[in-house]
Amino acid sequence: MDILGIPILSFLIFFPLAGAAVLLFIKNESPIRVVTLLFALVEFVASLPLFFKFDSAMAAMQFLEDGWWVEAYGISYKLGIDGISLLLVLLSTFLTVLCILCSWTAITFRVKEYMISFLFLETGMIGALVALDLILFYVFWEVMLIPMYLLIGVWGNPQRRIYAAIKFFLFTMAGSVLMLVAILVLYFINLKATGKSTFDVLELYKLGIPVTTQYWLFGAFALAFAIKVPMFPFHTWLPDAHTEAPTAGSVILAGVLLKMGTYGFIRFAIPLFPNAALDLTPLISWLALIGIIYGALVSMMQPDLKRLVAFSSVSHLGYVMLGMFALNTQGVQGSIYQMLNHGISTGSLFLIVGMIYERRHTRMISDFGGISKVMPVFAVFFMIVTLSSIGLPGTNGFVGEFLILLGAFRANTLYGVLAAAGVILGAAYMLWMFQRVMFGKVTHSKNEGLKDLNAREVVILIPMVALIFLMGIYPKLFFSKMDASVEKFLKDFKGKVEMKADLPAPKVAEIKK
Amino acid sequence: MLDYVWLIPLFPFIGFLINGLLGRRLGKGVVSVVGPSAIGLSFLTSILILFELINKPPSERLFEKVIFDWIVSGSLQTVIGYQIDPLSILMALVVTGVSFFIHIYSVGYMHDDPGYTRYFTYLNLFVFMMLNLILANNFLLMFVGWEGVGLCSYLLIGFWYEKDSAANAGKKAFIVNRVGDFGFILGMFLLFTSLGQHGIWTLDFTEVFANASKLDTTTATAIALLFFVGACGKSAQIPLYVWLPDAMEGPTPVSSLIHAATMVTAGVYMVARCNILYNMAPIAMAVVAIVGVATAIFTASIGFCQYDIKKILAYSTISQLGYMFLAVGVGAYSAGIFHLMTHAFFKGLLFLGAGSVMHALSGELDIRNMGALRKKIPVTFATFFIATLAIAGVPGLSGFFSKDEILWMAFSSGRGHFLLWLAAAIAAGMTAFYMFRALFMAFFGESRVDHHVAHHIHESPKIMTVPLMVLAFLSIVGGYVGVPHVLGGANHIHEFLAPVVGGGIEPAKAHAGFSLISEAWAAGGGEGHSAALEIFLMALSVVIALIGIGIAYFLYLKNPALPRMLTEKWNGLYRLVSNKYYVDELYQILFVNSLKKLGTGLWRGFDEFVIDGTVNGIAYFIGWLSGVMRKTQTGFVQNYAFSIMLGGVVLAIYYIIRGIFY
Repeated sequence: MDILGIPILSFLIFFPLAGAAVLLFIKNESPIRVVTLLFALVEFVASLPLFFKFDSAMAAMQFLEDGWWVEAYGISYKLGIDGISLLLVLLSTFLTVLCILCSWTAITFRVKEYMISFLFLETGMIGALVALDLILFYVFWEVMLIPMYLLIGVWGNPQRRIYAAIKFFLFTMAGSVLMLVAILVLYFINLKATGKSTFDVLELYKLGIPVTTQYWLFGAFALAFAIKVPMFPFHTWLPDAHTEAPTAGSVILAGVLLKMGTYGFIRFAIPLFPNAALDLTPLISWLALIGIIYGALVSMMQPDLKRLVAFSSVSHLGYVMLGMFALNTQGVQGSIYQMLNHGISTGSLFLIVGMIYERRHTRMISDFGGISKVMPVFAVFFMIVTLSSIGLPGTNGFVGEFLILLGAFRANTLYGVLAAAGVILGAAYMLWMFQRVMFGKVTHSKNEGLKDLNAREVVILIPMVALIFLMGIYPKLFFSKMDASVEKFLKDFKGKVEMKADLPAPKVAEIKK
Repeated sequence: MLDYVWLIPLFPFIGFLINGLLGRRLGKGVVSVVGPSAIGLSFLTSILILFELINKPPSERLFEKVIFDWIVSGSLQTVIGYQIDPLSILMALVVTGVSFFIHIYSVGYMHDDPGYTRYFTYLNLFVFMMLNLILANNFLLMFVGWEGVGLCSYLLIGFWYEKDSAANAGKKAFIVNRVGDFGFILGMFLLFTSLGQHGIWTLDFTEVFANASKLDTTTATAIALLFFVGACGKSAQIPLYVWLPDAMEGPTPVSSLIHAATMVTAGVYMVARCNILYNMAPIAMAVVAIVGVATAIFTASIGFCQYDIKKILAYSTISQLGYMFLAVGVGAYSAGIFHLMTHAFFKGLLFLGAGSVMHALSGELDIRNMGALRKKIPVTFATFFIATLAIAGVPGLSGFFSKDEILWMAFSSGRGHFLLWLAAAIAAGMTAFYMFRALFMAFFGESRVDHHVAHHIHESPKIMTVPLMVLAFLSIVGGYVGVPHVLGGANHIHEFLAPVVGGGIEPAKAHAGFSLISEAWAAGGGEGHSAALEIFLMALSVVIALIGIGIAYFLYLKNPALPRMLTEKWNGLYRLVSNKYYVDELYQILFVNSLKKLGTGLWRGFDEFVIDGTVNGIAYFIGWLSGVMRKTQTGFVQNYAFSIMLGGVVLAIYYIIRGIFY
């Protein structure tokens, strides 16, 4: 499928860049905003055919593009999506539009640079999600880093933005450098085994790697991804980054960037190194469980709204990881669904916090109280999003959470029980926060005259709320897209793990070596 | 008509949408019509469906209607689908019927509230969720309704959210219910995976119950107990009952509808629905019965020392729910559902009556500030009196028949026991006592009403009193669908429910605990033995109830000074009971405070100190190291020349030594 003669995936990657180039020639702030919004909207509309033209019955990669980039080293320009990446791509193009909209009045200086950063970021995100070549993926992975670093460091909160930006950068870099080394090792192992020089991930899937080596390589990939997710105990960059970033930065960070970590596991770390993944499942599951409970408990005590939401992300992403490493249909599907859910519900929470922040210039829970009375429309949206976040049936959050819990329960009863206990805490910290912000009497005089949401803000929140209900009430629409790919993922995984067990050298002996 | 079962939940949903999205623009008048009539239409549909169902032979009284596929993932295939059978249609009738009258009452009661539209929006949503709960044809949709009614309960308890106590109570209800839901969801998982091991992957009621016999006793017991945890949350049983008394912060019609007549009975409904599972798990049933009867006695005792009329009714509700659990716990499922129905009538009425009293007294709740109201608000009094007689189990009223069937089954069922009967009979006496205490203090004796308020005392408008009269009528006659055979009745309800809940557990042949009396009656022998015994026990329970009423009369009408003397004499005990045995305080320390401390500790101690300390420590270390190294970069050529020379010397020495040794 082509758009303007360009294959659709390439178009989606480079169209935002073209937008950034156009912005260079515009001087005034208002047209910059309008043009950026137009580019983001066209990008979103252009991504919709992916959903409708996607063949649900097909498990393999679709919309494939294959060409050389650096042929001498086997670096290809290979793109494609399956049922796992499809919905994440759509989530990215969708959230970018909302991010541009919510930055409309919030960003008042260096608007051009801001918008250019955002469009760059979009290129990086889409690229990383559709790349099927490890080097290409790595390049996009790093491309995402820089605009995000700038968004936090330049447009963040004056007090701590530099600390937060550098922390974000260093944490992420620390992981990704090791991943680069692992990519190169993988390349040489493959070269030795097959004589073919390639970074094509679909080719590399076929490689049989000794289990001991798998541990090292999986470790390097997993570290990079675990930091990005972020999994306990690598999560401490997240609250700082979220708190200091501008609203749109937080939205895109929570909505898409964190998903790069979980996506990395499901696309690269697990299928490339299945035996290591299987053996390390208990470790990752326990870290995920600790993240669920720990994130919830710490979140409960946060005085700052954004930090509270940030820690809730740690908890929610714990569910995503737990479901994925249940390695059964319900777990993995729930995990993918929860990635989308988290993008929508936590993204909305950040939007909502941003909206009252713009009015009150504070994020402290204790500065609010009784807001329901003053801003009734806002209250309705906030309530719905809160309920989605705590996974109430009828909202998207329930579907994902339920499947993850069921998947985890089937994998290991104890995991299921502990994770289900986390659901209680989820209700506790969200409702307590909601009560302190929205209920009670208005105690601060500054809160008395707050204006309710304006039309632009309502336009931002309505699609979010619509998705919350659509995904909660008719999930089949989305599951049908991912069914085949998830089944293939699990089949391949099981096939490889069993094949390994049949090898002449038994697994245990290899570990001892 | 059966094909249109989806209309039953659809009407309230439409009402919810209209009121929620357009209510403010349409105005109060339209909302007042839309809210109640949405429920009225559901009620009518339910009646039509009931008639169609009755016309079929009992064995064919099951109809399922799948609306659409819901969560479909691998072996998990769930649908949004509804089921009509005697149990669900009976529940639907009770829910829509009682809701309808409470909606009408609310039009009057909430008339001047600024949140009028919001109120009816929530109330319609509640009925929609409740109907999903009871009409669902699978566990997952039931769970949707289960959490959905919890949400509405949260929203309506905290309806006056500007009051901190209301907001707190709403939150408490939601979280305590989540603890219960934790059990429910795990029960579902265990059921799903255990049946899956036999190749049956389903959460559909019909399929689950058809295959339940494949489960072993241990698994069935575990599943049944987990579901019961859920029931304890929703139906406020020990140890999860603590949210219900606080829930009285909500508007009084809400207390009547949600926290007395309908939602809180969902746990009883669930156990009855899962009767096949419970029958396989005697231990689980024993737990249900014991928790039920313990809750009945424990909370009835708290009711003794409360002065807030709504709190008295709340503890009474918990206590009566305990009764229903006792019934289902001994396998008397239809008796439990029967009591659920009559309780919906008389307890719904009691709350509406309390609301009418509050309406008359400008919101007064304390029965110490009432008295002699019977002449001032005669309709409220008359209906409240009827409901009190019904709940106390006075013969001829609905509560008598349903309560007595439970007592008899607690004694005679194969799962019953003499001690269960005894405890339940004592609880019945306690109920009669505290209900008449409230009645006497509020409506009889001398007026203790504040004179500012006393001027304004007035009977409620027709829109409120008519629902009172309707419910009073039902509280009287509602029992006649279940008149026991021993009194010459046909026990229709028992027969009607039999296709779903079975004929009940076989009665015990010989009763160890009650051998003395048994033997005495055994002289009669044969059929007459059981009938005579049943009548004797019935008479005994009536006597116990009358004793309770008598004590209340003696203490609160004859000698109004005596209770105060007694509380002073037994001050320690009185304080323990009037403070609800300090259970709330205990939970606060045990769960709330400790978790908050843990959260703060993890945040400050682990997140900030350990992890960030390490990370920042590394950063400082590198900074420090480069600071040290920087000192070598002085910029003086002499220093660099010296370093080069030094290096040369070291190298020279190295090679010399190497040359010597090798």
